[in-house]
Amino acid sequence: MSEDRSTSNKGSLHSLWRMRSYLRPYIGQMTVMGIAALVTVGAELAIPLVSQRVIDGPLADGDSSGLWWLGGLALLLGVLEAVFGFVRRWVQSFCMLDMETAIRNDLYAHLQRLPVAYHDRAQTGQLVTRATSDITTIRRFLGFGLIFLVVNVTLFTVVTIYLLRLYWPLGLLVVLSAVPVAYFTLIFEREYIVASRRCQDLQGDVATVVEEAAVGIRIVKALGRRRTIGGRFLHESRQLRRASLVKVRILAKFWAILDLVPQVLLALVLLIGALAVAAGDLTLGSLVAFVSLVVLLAWPIEALGWILAIGQESATAADRLYEVFDTESMIADRPGAHDLGAVRGLLRFEGVGFRFPGADRDVLHGIDLTVEPGETVAIVGATGSGKTALTALVPRLYDVSSGRITLDGTDIRDVTLTSLRRAVATAFEDPTLFSASARENLTLGRLDATDAEIAEAISVAQADFVYDLPWGLATRIGEQGLSLSGGQRQRLALARAVLGRPSVLVLDDPLSALDIHTEGLVEEALRRVLAATTALVVAHRPSTVLLADRVALLEGGTITAVGTHHELLDRVPAYRQILSAESDSDEVLAGGRR
Amino acid sequence: MTTQVPDVGAYDREWRGVSAEDAEQISTAGGVFLRERSRRLLADLARPHKRSLWLVAAAVVLQNAAGMAGPYLVSVGIDRGIPEMAAGEGPRTLLLVFAVFMACAIAQGGLRWMFFLISGRIGQAMLFQLRRRVFTHLQGLSLSFHEKYTSGRVISRLTSDVETIGELLDESLDELVMAVLSIVSIGVILLVLDAPLALVVLLSFPLLILLFRWFRKHSALSYRRTRETIALLIVQFAESLGGIRAVQAFRREPRNQEIFESVNGDYKLANRRAWKLIAWFEPGIILLGNLTIGAVLLYGGFRVLDGELEVGVLVAFLLYLRRFFAPMEDLSVLYNAFQAATAALEKLSGVLEEVPSVPPPAQPRPLPRPSGAVGFDDVRFGYRSDSPVLPRLSLSIPAGQTVALVGATGAGKSTLARLLARFYDPVEGSVNVDGIDLRDLADDDLRRAVVMVTQESFLFSGTVAANIALGRPSASRAEIEDAARAIGADEFIRALPEGYDTDVRRRGGRLSAGQRQLVAFARAFLADPAVLVLDEATSSLDVPSERLVQRALRTILTDRTAVIIAHRLSTVEIADRVLVMSDGRIVEDGSPTDLIGDAGAFADLHQAWRDSLI
Repeated sequence: MSEDRSTSNKGSLHSLWRMRSYLRPYIGQMTVMGIAALVTVGAELAIPLVSQRVIDGPLADGDSSGLWWLGGLALLLGVLEAVFGFVRRWVQSFCMLDMETAIRNDLYAHLQRLPVAYHDRAQTGQLVTRATSDITTIRRFLGFGLIFLVVNVTLFTVVTIYLLRLYWPLGLLVVLSAVPVAYFTLIFEREYIVASRRCQDLQGDVATVVEEAAVGIRIVKALGRRRTIGGRFLHESRQLRRASLVKVRILAKFWAILDLVPQVLLALVLLIGALAVAAGDLTLGSLVAFVSLVVLLAWPIEALGWILAIGQESATAADRLYEVFDTESMIADRPGAHDLGAVRGLLRFEGVGFRFPGADRDVLHGIDLTVEPGETVAIVGATGSGKTALTALVPRLYDVSSGRITLDGTDIRDVTLTSLRRAVATAFEDPTLFSASARENLTLGRLDATDAEIAEAISVAQADFVYDLPWGLATRIGEQGLSLSGGQRQRLALARAVLGRPSVLVLDDPLSALDIHTEGLVEEALRRVLAATTALVVAHRPSTVLLADRVALLEGGTITAVGTHHELLDRVPAYRQILSAESDSDEVLAGGRR
Repeated sequence: MTTQVPDVGAYDREWRGVSAEDAEQISTAGGVFLRERSRRLLADLARPHKRSLWLVAAAVVLQNAAGMAGPYLVSVGIDRGIPEMAAGEGPRTLLLVFAVFMACAIAQGGLRWMFFLISGRIGQAMLFQLRRRVFTHLQGLSLSFHEKYTSGRVISRLTSDVETIGELLDESLDELVMAVLSIVSIGVILLVLDAPLALVVLLSFPLLILLFRWFRKHSALSYRRTRETIALLIVQFAESLGGIRAVQAFRREPRNQEIFESVNGDYKLANRRAWKLIAWFEPGIILLGNLTIGAVLLYGGFRVLDGELEVGVLVAFLLYLRRFFAPMEDLSVLYNAFQAATAALEKLSGVLEEVPSVPPPAQPRPLPRPSGAVGFDDVRFGYRSDSPVLPRLSLSIPAGQTVALVGATGAGKSTLARLLARFYDPVEGSVNVDGIDLRDLADDDLRRAVVMVTQESFLFSGTVAANIALGRPSASRAEIEDAARAIGADEFIRALPEGYDTDVRRRGGRLSAGQRQLVAFARAFLADPAVLVLDEATSSLDVPSERLVQRALRTILTDRTAVIIAHRLSTVEIADRVLVMSDGRIVEDGSPTDLIGDAGAFADLHQAWRDSLI
């Protein structure tokens, strides 16, 4: 997403135009806001005219009832301006915030649907600024800028028509003043769209550095690299400042020109008008009226600068949002996908190959493996042999690139994701924990888990320490669970996986951070669970391998041997090499023959 | 710290730092304290730009003066230019007026251009300074702060809050200058023109002030709430997407969506509250202005009819009144932006006020060439005051010794390691290297002395080489590759698509846990500290990799001190000394062979481990 930073005016405006679907529910309110804005502007303009009338009429004629009448009108207009100003803002506080909230909810929902492969590449900071400042920018334009764009153009048109009728040569001059405005607007748009996009991207980059520095604070501290990370942040911030100044320069030029145009117009109107009056083509009164109306036009022209600027910003912001929205989730329910139903647990890999999206070589190829219902198969392989990728394929965090995986004979891509992931539970090598209660961390999506199920899962994973936390299961686990030890986190992640007895268990090196004593206890309890569950267990240690009925050896992305632990120890030197510590190889072999 | 309002002192502690962040209701005096603090920060940021600010103000005044010339020139053109033409005296005056008018217009445009440029530059410089200060300060705060504060809040402070302040700076400050200027000058003119009418205008003042105060009070509360809810929103957003694997694998999406929509809804409500206040406030100002104008029109009109007032005076009065209330409206918009920014400044100044619980030394003692002798003297420590993790620990490790720490979960091994890396400071006693208390070491000296490799091998997005270089940013490419080779990571790195230049992606997602640990190892090796602390640093490695690391450690550790925590006792074989910990105490201490021979806890552990290898 951040690699693709080409921006075109047309494309961005198109993105903004696509946002209209979010406006649709609020057409009524938008109309009310537009009318309210027109009334406000109208009343604001009318009040001085009424004052003028008072002075020319009742005050000149000594007509006190006329004074009451017109004075009352001025007061009424004053109240009207305020009331409609209130109405516009009040309505805006409802519909525009509703719209903003809806866009943000949709963005989050879409991001949650996008596959892990997308999130591997996405930078959290970039996503955060899309969800916050980009959406706010769009709301600001749609709820405010757009309305005043309409109001201002209306005002400009109405006044210009009136001026044309008053004295057409001068009116034509006013119409022609739109030419330089349009010309500079075009130049401005072309420059500003690039600058605006660049600023938004850099805001995302700054947020990304902040996010990484905050999440990785332990590493920064452990290595004493405050200055290095600070340097990165300063670099991005400096870039952002530079880009913002480019924006400032473009705006300053454009806004100054938009200030200049009405002034020059006024000077020309005065000169030509005076000449016309002198020539007898125009009355003095008409000229005065003309001049005061041209003064009125100054504001809509100046405001145009501001409106166009946020218009451009919201167009590039919309671009950034649609970059996310337009990313289709490659892992979704196929049409006609059915519910998995009751699962026996026959898991089969048929000629499975896998490569990471965009990579040029396979991580896995030609994998054929059958795991019978209730059987546990250990996956053993050297670092980087593709074990973790293999486990991620089963719950469809990634999809196979070739071949297929079946569960009870059905391709897992033909069943609904929800039912597949209900059947398959995973314990990752990195125990991902969230800053939520221990209970929420255990249940995650399984909100219907009973207390008994939770207690059982905790006991299998030997995670009883949660009861000793200050508020037991209700204790909030700090971000990433960093307040817990590695072993504690791993046991929570394991408890999460075995909770509710899933049909298929995928455990990625589930005991690595446990001490020997705890490991023994967990193994014992886990063995009971595994007895009736189809399971894939990635193992680095002999003790973990012993949980399995059979072992598959993964080498260079494919399975080279399958058998029991002892068979493989006897038969396959590579297996011995991977699984036995050098100095202990004799004992391991001895154990194998026991 | 100093407080400027005397009765605010009591709230000093209560609202210090970030402690007010979760508070729903803040007492009046507490609010005053927070506002003072925010205003000081804003003044601090503006101070270096004093001269430019005067320049900006001058530009605004001049530009408006040029603008004011317009109506006068129009009147001259009509009153003198046209009669001259009519009298056949030629368009001299008219052309002169036109020329002056054009000159004024160009001057106005030029000044406006200058104004935008300078004020934009000031605004960006202030924002940059603010970002830099907050980021640097946050990075200096201790882990105990970050554990509570969460990264989402940090992001929210440095993005959304800073942007809110940016919006205030974007609001053309010329309005402020002009508003103050014109309100004062026009106020005087009004009084001079006609005192009774001016009194009518003055009557609106108390109401205006009341309206401003009402808005200040209520908007402060709702903007505080806005800042708070956006932070919660970002926390939920960033954290759940960061852990998307677990979210999707465990079908957490619906529940996440529920939580997100709820915090998003809270944010909306907080915003709506603020917007509703604006809906009353801004039109309220307009209404007051319009009513005043209407009243002046009527009252003045009748006095004209009664012959007490000249028509010309009334006309002038009405014109000036218009110019009097227009800036008032601008001011209300600006004030709103100011209120929003104040709430953000409250949060940011709170962060800046946090004091690291692991503070840098006031007078650092130099340690240019650490030898690596480690000492714990009567150290007492606990994360919470009620439960000590290390009740009283004394330990001395001579330079060059390799020590293995073993013991059950919760025995205090990691805590000991963290104290040695100075992630925390002991409650009592001291931890020292070469006899110097860690608290007396400057950050650079400390990290030259002690580096720790933790269980969670966090990688930054970027290349493998860049991640290793984090150990020593000045390292050459050859040194980086040497480090990787030394611990046996070279092979897998070269097998990556672009070798050392492969992007590891977010959190190192491109690599497996074992590979990440190897990179983290290479990083620590490159840092070349006198004391290396390894806390479960090999847990995710497979046996061959661990074997390689083990072999590498033998050479790496020959001339440095090492404290190794490992559940796999294979590490113990390279240790000179084993410490068995239990409940925060050292219960066994000796060479591995001695301890295996004894019938103690270590002998049991060792036996259990040997059994597990089968």
